[in-house]
Amino acid sequence: MLEVRELRKSFAGFLAVAGVSFSVARAEICALIGPNGAGKSTLFNLITGHLDLDSGQVIFDGRPVTSLRAHQICRLGLGRSFQRSNIFPRLTVFENVQAAVLSHRGRSLDFWTRVGRLFEEETREILEKVGLADQARAVGGTLSYGFQKQLELGIALASRPKMLLLDEPTAGMSARETRATIELIGRITREEGLTLLFTEHDMSVVFSIAERIMVLSQGRLIASGRPDEVRENEAVRQVYFGEAGCS
Amino acid sequence: MGYSLSFIIIQLLNGLTNAMFIFLIAAGLSIIFGVLGVLNFAHGSFYMLGAYMTFQVVSLFVNSPFQFWAAVIAAPLAVAVVGGVVERTLLRRLYGHEELNQLLFTYALVLILSDAARIVWGIGQLSVSRPEVLRGAVQIMGQYFPKYNVFIILLGPCVAFLFWYFMLRTRWGRMIRAAALDREMLGSLGVDVNRLFTLVFFIGTWLAALGGALVAPVASIKPGMDLEVIINAFIVVVIGGLGSFWGTFLGSLIVGVVYSLGILVVPRLSMVFIYAIMILVLIIRPWGLLGKPLRR
Amino acid sequence: MTKKDWLLPALIALLALVPLTGSRFYIFLLTDIMIFGLFALSLNLLLGYTGLVSFGQAAYFGIGAYACALLVKKAGLNFLLSLALAGLCGAAAAVIIGFFCVRLTKIYFAMLTLAFSQIVWAIAFKWNSLTGGDNGIMGIDFPWYLGSKVHFYYFTLAVLALSMFLLHRLVGSPMGRILMTIRDNPERTEFIGINVKLFQLIAFVVSGLFAALAGGLFAVFNHSVFPDTCYWSVSAEVLIMTLLGGMYSFYGPLVGAALLLYLRLEVTSYTAYWPLILGTILCLLLFFFPSGVIGFVQDRLAGRKGSG
Repeated sequence: MLEVRELRKSFAGFLAVAGVSFSVARAEICALIGPNGAGKSTLFNLITGHLDLDSGQVIFDGRPVTSLRAHQICRLGLGRSFQRSNIFPRLTVFENVQAAVLSHRGRSLDFWTRVGRLFEEETREILEKVGLADQARAVGGTLSYGFQKQLELGIALASRPKMLLLDEPTAGMSARETRATIELIGRITREEGLTLLFTEHDMSVVFSIAERIMVLSQGRLIASGRPDEVRENEAVRQVYFGEAGCS
Repeated sequence: MGYSLSFIIIQLLNGLTNAMFIFLIAAGLSIIFGVLGVLNFAHGSFYMLGAYMTFQVVSLFVNSPFQFWAAVIAAPLAVAVVGGVVERTLLRRLYGHEELNQLLFTYALVLILSDAARIVWGIGQLSVSRPEVLRGAVQIMGQYFPKYNVFIILLGPCVAFLFWYFMLRTRWGRMIRAAALDREMLGSLGVDVNRLFTLVFFIGTWLAALGGALVAPVASIKPGMDLEVIINAFIVVVIGGLGSFWGTFLGSLIVGVVYSLGILVVPRLSMVFIYAIMILVLIIRPWGLLGKPLRR
Repeated sequence: MTKKDWLLPALIALLALVPLTGSRFYIFLLTDIMIFGLFALSLNLLLGYTGLVSFGQAAYFGIGAYACALLVKKAGLNFLLSLALAGLCGAAAAVIIGFFCVRLTKIYFAMLTLAFSQIVWAIAFKWNSLTGGDNGIMGIDFPWYLGSKVHFYYFTLAVLALSMFLLHRLVGSPMGRILMTIRDNPERTEFIGINVKLFQLIAFVVSGLFAALAGGLFAVFNHSVFPDTCYWSVSAEVLIMTLLGGMYSFYGPLVGAALLLYLRLEVTSYTAYWPLILGTILCLLLFFFPSGVIGFVQDRLAGRKGSG
């Protein structure tokens, strides 16, 4: 589904991503881990078109997308959530998701139809899926952090993606919220047959749902394989030596 | 073209003089933007206040040969104190708010200060005479060039150098530069960032007022001088690079010289010329000639 | 927003009743308010709905004013056609200027809009043969079919009503919703598949169109147009009007224009120091009522609104 080849990116002389290559198969659940500053978010930004590559290729669903802009890549079926919760704070929960549906359905240039109940059923369906149906009228900015993350998931789902890139979906959550979120993500991924690539710091999360784990350190991929393989990997242990949360 | 070389040289020197005046104002604007992130519309107003205060001090010391020099020292300081107080009591409250609010506050200051000046000093034009020692002119290539302007042309780079030294070599200067880069980091290192901001605003305002004080003997002090100058200052910092010190110097030279020489070539369009340069810079290289490129 | 459907017709009806009072003062004031209200509404499409802070809207107001004046006075075209063409001129200018401006963000965007606006002013100021330079264009009469102030009032009201209707449909449409997402979070909007710059440009052009219409009305209403119509202080005043009324509400700018113009009229009859008063009002606004009059009222009533 997703293939990246030799991605490279430097910022003012600092090599953030140094020739990373990997691929994620259809319907696979893959985790990308690595210490802080390893380049995970940068890598995501390169894949989704938010940052320009220095060199390398990105191929999504068989199509080369390296030179496409972010909104074009989204339309091809790549959905994403961001590290800091990224919603539309002044709109209600319903309106947040509805906006994404409107865009996906190609109605964004419609300047005449009243938008109030447009695509109401589809929007409510998504809200149900992410468990926010009873908060439809709440204003996005007033939600708690956990709910905002759920909303973000809803917005990403509204674009009917084939693959989801989730950047630290459980960051800043309590243990209980984390479990609930991961359960939700896992369930949706399986129900919709999505491909999932996510980054995480919380190892329990990673080991609970990931089918494959890739380890990034200082801009390089140092390991890739099944969870038990990675757990035993020497290089990975070295990188994580002393880091909390490693099991 | 029909202009003699000496005439052109004089125009060039006039351009340099204007460039130095503009530099003093733009430098203050640039540092306030670089550190506080606020584009201070009221900067021209402080310049104007500097000129008016100079008039006031000079009137106090009538008949003293040092009247001008006393004014150049006292007036900018007085205005800078006003600036510092404004920052401390009012502007500071808006730091958490949207940028638009901060900008509009500085615009509110423009409105208030311009009327305040009208109330105190009236709407007529005021003037201040040049200090004894700088009256008269020197001869350059057969043409006369005012001594006062020579003084300004020499003073400009001196101020620039002093400033550069302050920013690079002193502890306060380094902290200010650090604050421009990352104020949160600086705060977490235990520096009182709020006080630093007040200091920066104070310095920036002082520079603007100094410009006003120095321009007092050669320009007419009148309402409206605040608006005229702020647009030019904006143009300079955009061309040179918002937040870049030497960029401001370079930008001032460009604006000052292009304007004076432009008047010779295309008198009616020299103003348009300057705006066109500003637009070109914003289109091709928005962070200015010497500014730091942005991420996007 | 269906319960607010009655608000616009009610407002128009109310305004339509004013000339019946026979008060020349109010007819004059309200025509002014309607013109600047339209101008402020156009600005708010950019500011309150799309999140773009422009310091250069006076450019389109001025272009509309000059275009209309020139077409009526020098080309002898009829007023209606001139006004429509003036609007198109503003839109055209907005396409060109907007193309360059939307490539930048925040402060650089603002500065570029200011720079372009000043160039428009400089051209108006210097191009004597076309614009009359500092002397401006004078002697623009009302067209024969709008002979009196009252007739012109109703015409302005008609233009305002039509414009508000169109704008209201726009902000209540899917496109309007997308503009709001751009305001809230442009980065996120990109990743629901929207070409953000394109939509920003669209907002810019629509805004320029209505600003130019307001400008055309302004030129004929005042029977003259001068370069200072394009000066940046006009942009600032309209910004203040929008903020005063409340930038997150549709009718806010209109309320702000009404308040500001009324206040100015009252204050200037007592004192020459209107800037001082305006500056103070602005400060009060920024420190105590950041969401403007309408925002303040809305917050007081229970339950904050969601969108818009």
